[in-house]
Amino acid sequence: MERIPILKMGDYLLITIQVDMHDKLALTLQNDLTEQIVTHKSKGILIDISALEIVDSFIGRMLGIIASMSRLLDAETVVVGMQPAVAITLVELGLSMKGIRTALNVEKGMTVLQNSLREERQDGDSSRQF
Amino acid sequence: MIRVVNSESMEIRAAEDVVAVRQAVRKKSISLGFGLVDQTKVVTASSELARNTLDHGGGGTVHLEILENDRRAGIRLIFEDQGPGIADIAQALTDGYTSGGGMGLGLGGSKRLSHEFDITSQPGEGTRVSIVRWK
Repeated sequence: MERIPILKMGDYLLITIQVDMHDKLALTLQNDLTEQIVTHKSKGILIDISALEIVDSFIGRMLGIIASMSRLLDAETVVVGMQPAVAITLVELGLSMKGIRTALNVEKGMTVLQNSLREERQDGDSSRQF
Repeated sequence: MIRVVNSESMEIRAAEDVVAVRQAVRKKSISLGFGLVDQTKVVTASSELARNTLDHGGGGTVHLEILENDRRAGIRLIFEDQGPGIADIAQALTDGYTSGGGMGLGLGGSKRLSHEFDITSQPGEGTRVSIVRWK
């Protein structure tokens, strides 16, 4: 069965979406990803969409669902690499991608995840001191 | 005067067909010399409408036409289904209104992504949506 590979890197999971997304593939990805978050106790998900030539409301909704599911499992999601033409089109389409963090590229996305994890750990430390 | 230079039809019966429609529209818009942003807009609009045809119309057909007038070339996409139709078109065009599980952006969004937009629908008989994007 066709599926999108999920790579584990330390506390994070990396996904690169390169194929044309359809319903079954999206559902498989949601299942695989939530399982892996739990198995690896992942703290962050990085989704690279630089290979996507379009993002329609279907894919936008899927990204939003993944971000919500991951948040419930205590993992942060960052979507990286959106092409400029896709950003222009998304705004006109009316898709604001609210609630989804974005970064320009994989490197910046990793920094976002690392910063949010560091903040969380500091908060955790300080709460233990009391 | 608008001339139809070339016309072909594709069936939309499964999710894979939505992908095929996107690819066909991409190919045609490239052959017309559309810039990347224009390509992206018309392909995105075609994706929204093809999905509507599949999800709400129970499947249907898209006609892809290459147009030409005295000044420029364009692409026209006509999506037709024999589904339940839309009783209130104004409501269906409203952002955020959805009858299914979607985001309710398909119709209004594809209208904004196109230069011309036309919709006719008869409850119980089906829906026809036509968009044009000029170069």
